[in-house]
Amino acid sequence: MGDEIRVPIDSDADIVIARQQGRALAERIGFSATDQTIIATAISEVARNIIKFAKRGEIILSTTMKNPERGVVVVARDQGPGIVDIQLALQDGYSTGNGLGMGLPGCKRLMDELEIKSSKGKGTIVTMKKWTT
Amino acid sequence: MEVPILKQGDFLIATFQAALTDEDLLQLQDALVARVGKFRSHGVIVDVTALDVMDSFAARTLRALAHMVRLRGAETVIVGIQPEVAFAMVQLGLSLEGVPTALDLEEGLAQLMKASERKGATFRGR
Repeated sequence: MGDEIRVPIDSDADIVIARQQGRALAERIGFSATDQTIIATAISEVARNIIKFAKRGEIILSTTMKNPERGVVVVARDQGPGIVDIQLALQDGYSTGNGLGMGLPGCKRLMDELEIKSSKGKGTIVTMKKWTT
Repeated sequence: MEVPILKQGDFLIATFQAALTDEDLLQLQDALVARVGKFRSHGVIVDVTALDVMDSFAARTLRALAHMVRLRGAETVIVGIQPEVAFAMVQLGLSLEGVPTALDLEEGLAQLMKASERKGATFRGR
């Protein structure tokens, strides 16, 4: 494993690059077409959050293993304003941007694991994992 | 990448060729809303068969597009949502509520044709 792909997120075109890279990685480690699309969709949402709230950041894609399952790890990192209330941000229907309030709760449903680390004024790190089953 | 828009009789057909950026989606929205007037179109088909991902932005833009086109007096049908894209949309919690969808281009055209006939019939009936 060990291959790590870093995609700088700076404009809306980078959102497409990040999700395409994520799909390709998911395909390489044996995810189904449906799971590839699910992973790409979740990447699209977290990359969009970076643009919307922090203007720039990066998506780091890698693979992991938990025998016999293989997994894809998506880390979305920015140095934006941070999330004040993480519980609230994970609540369905909650949104501070002009989105549909689907972002993070939606990603949690799409992926197997989602973890947020954030401190006000310092930025946000969202880590998502999905396992082949 | 700009989305080509084809004029077919009373209808406009926009076919996504690949993954689109937010900018591309907004451009398509503006172009379609303008062309409905220019060509006096009765219906618009947006073919998303080649779309890789329908995320919250894409869904919101397509809904807005359909509503704007309706305000201009025409109907929109979204066609070609792939099974895995539909699956991911439902998981994410996205809907295209209020926007007609059809399996493919053929079904979409049939749907628009019916809607167009109904409109004509009501008008003549007055």
